[in-house]
Amino acid sequence: MNFWEYLVNRHQQLLTDAYQHASAVFQCMVVATVLGVLIAVASYRSEWAGNLATTTTATILTVPALALIGLLIPIVGLGVPPTVVALTLYGLLPVVRNAIVGLRGVDPTLVDAATGIGMSRPARLLRVELPLAWPPILTGIRVSTQMLMGIAAIAAYASGPGLGNVIFRGLASLGSANALNQVLAGTLGIIVLALLFDAAYVLIGRLTIPRGIRA
Amino acid sequence: MPETGDHGASIELESLTKRYPGSAQPAVDNVSMEIKAGEVVVFVGPSGCGKSTTLKMINRLIEPTGGRIRIGGEDVTDMDPVKLRRKVGYAIQSAGLFPHMTVAQNIGIVPKMIGWSKPRIRERTEELLDLVGLDAAEFRGRYPRQLSGGQQQRVGVARALAADPPVLLMDEPFGAVDPITRDHLQDELIRLQHELHKTIVFVTHDFDEAIKIGDRIAVLRERSHIAQFDTPEAILTNPADDFVSGFVGAGAALKRLNLTRVRDVEITDYPTVTVDDPLQEIFNLLRTSGSNEILLLDRRRRPYKWLRRGDLMRARGSLARAGTLVSDTVTRDATLRDALEAVLTDNAGRVAVTGRRGEYTGVVDMETLMNSVHEMLEADRLDAMEHQHELESLRASQTHAEQEGAQGPAGVGGGPGGER
Repeated sequence: MNFWEYLVNRHQQLLTDAYQHASAVFQCMVVATVLGVLIAVASYRSEWAGNLATTTTATILTVPALALIGLLIPIVGLGVPPTVVALTLYGLLPVVRNAIVGLRGVDPTLVDAATGIGMSRPARLLRVELPLAWPPILTGIRVSTQMLMGIAAIAAYASGPGLGNVIFRGLASLGSANALNQVLAGTLGIIVLALLFDAAYVLIGRLTIPRGIRA
Repeated sequence: MPETGDHGASIELESLTKRYPGSAQPAVDNVSMEIKAGEVVVFVGPSGCGKSTTLKMINRLIEPTGGRIRIGGEDVTDMDPVKLRRKVGYAIQSAGLFPHMTVAQNIGIVPKMIGWSKPRIRERTEELLDLVGLDAAEFRGRYPRQLSGGQQQRVGVARALAADPPVLLMDEPFGAVDPITRDHLQDELIRLQHELHKTIVFVTHDFDEAIKIGDRIAVLRERSHIAQFDTPEAILTNPADDFVSGFVGAGAALKRLNLTRVRDVEITDYPTVTVDDPLQEIFNLLRTSGSNEILLLDRRRRPYKWLRRGDLMRARGSLARAGTLVSDTVTRDATLRDALEAVLTDNAGRVAVTGRRGEYTGVVDMETLMNSVHEMLEADRLDAMEHQHELESLRASQTHAEQEGAQGPAGVGGGPGGER
């Protein structure tokens, strides 16, 4: 069976895996974004707290994905939970770091102006600081997503959802008829998904970054 | 602050002090001043003298460590700063417009926060754009980066005025624009203030700007100590000490010319004829009038040519060829400095003064200018001396009172005891 025949034959299964892969990455990314921005908002104004947040999330990123998922199994069990926890943790760093950089990069005279015309702290954050920091935050989210696409494949090790399953099945049966096809299909699937997500981010950027600050 | 709307509110600073932790000297030390409603007060002083800090304490962007602030008679030292700032307009250098919002959104942001309805905000935005001299239809939807520096500054002023605050604080608002635009913006501000009568506190390090804009000027030295707080005229003619005169700089008499308008000096009448008068009449006038020169007006009575005695002869009776064209005129609203400039460039040492539609109203010459400047300086000097005298006697009686009641509550001048 050549690669094409394999794809046609198994498209049902592959599409399901791809959908689950995308869905897992997307949902974890949403959680990571919300958490990451919250962490950044809580810590950007203090030199010390900001650095702590960046360093902590960076440290998480240095733990090998396989190891982290392995370590999570005894705590949260097999399947979806370790996948979600791992992906969310990995997704945090770029978001947190970019959000802190973005928030700190807002021109202090604008913050001064916002305060001076009578904006309360939450209003200032929501109406001025976050919108101005949004482009770097969005870049962080984009980088995170690319990364999570790859890492999500490893989640199959803990019986997680996604295209990783196809790849692992192929790797486990190396030498058999479909082994190469499986690995190839899983890898290419992830690349296609990553490209689709990236295109979506470009579109989101167009729609959400105000014309006044678009590069 | 009960007074909003058209008229400003008074501002009283009482022993205002700002001490930053870890520094021995306070950044602003015991400043007391009274600013009347509807007055433009300019804080001027060298960089780092604490003038900006003092300004920012009025809307409590910087919290004072001691002293009281009263606006419109109401003590605002302890009120919610957010509420306070919504009633105090604030304009800063390079405008500080939010780049992600359109001009209309920038202006409408304060009204929106205090809950105005959308149609009312839209109406107010257009009114304000019109007020600062920008076409609403053209500029409403633009982003700040699509505006020139001067236009941004105008929008900044419009934003500060959005909720019609009685008090307007301006922190070197024209510091970042080119000199020509700055001049325009200053003129605009003066015109605006003529219509609005806000209480404006304006910070600058440019003394000429201070003279031009201020009803009164506070010259500040380090730690925001008031070196002199008086009208521009008084500061120019009678600086309180070497620091102030150093700051006023050279040419105080010349700067004084900026403060007086042509309409304030004596405009002499000149023999005039119009182009429609018969030649014979012109000849007669030239012969009979005491001066050896007359002014020829065009059909709309605008100054056209200077005619000397021999001119008509030389031109063989042709008005078209005789005389010298009037190259420069000044209006009654021009400053004496402009008039002097025109008189100096004119080889005969006089300039025609025109009315609103350019029609002739009189002539100002070198002699008039010199006499009025002399009178003016003399009057200023007398005023200032009188004022000085008053201040001294006031101070003497205060010191006396303080010494008398040394055991009682803190004196009027307020030492550290004046802090809360």
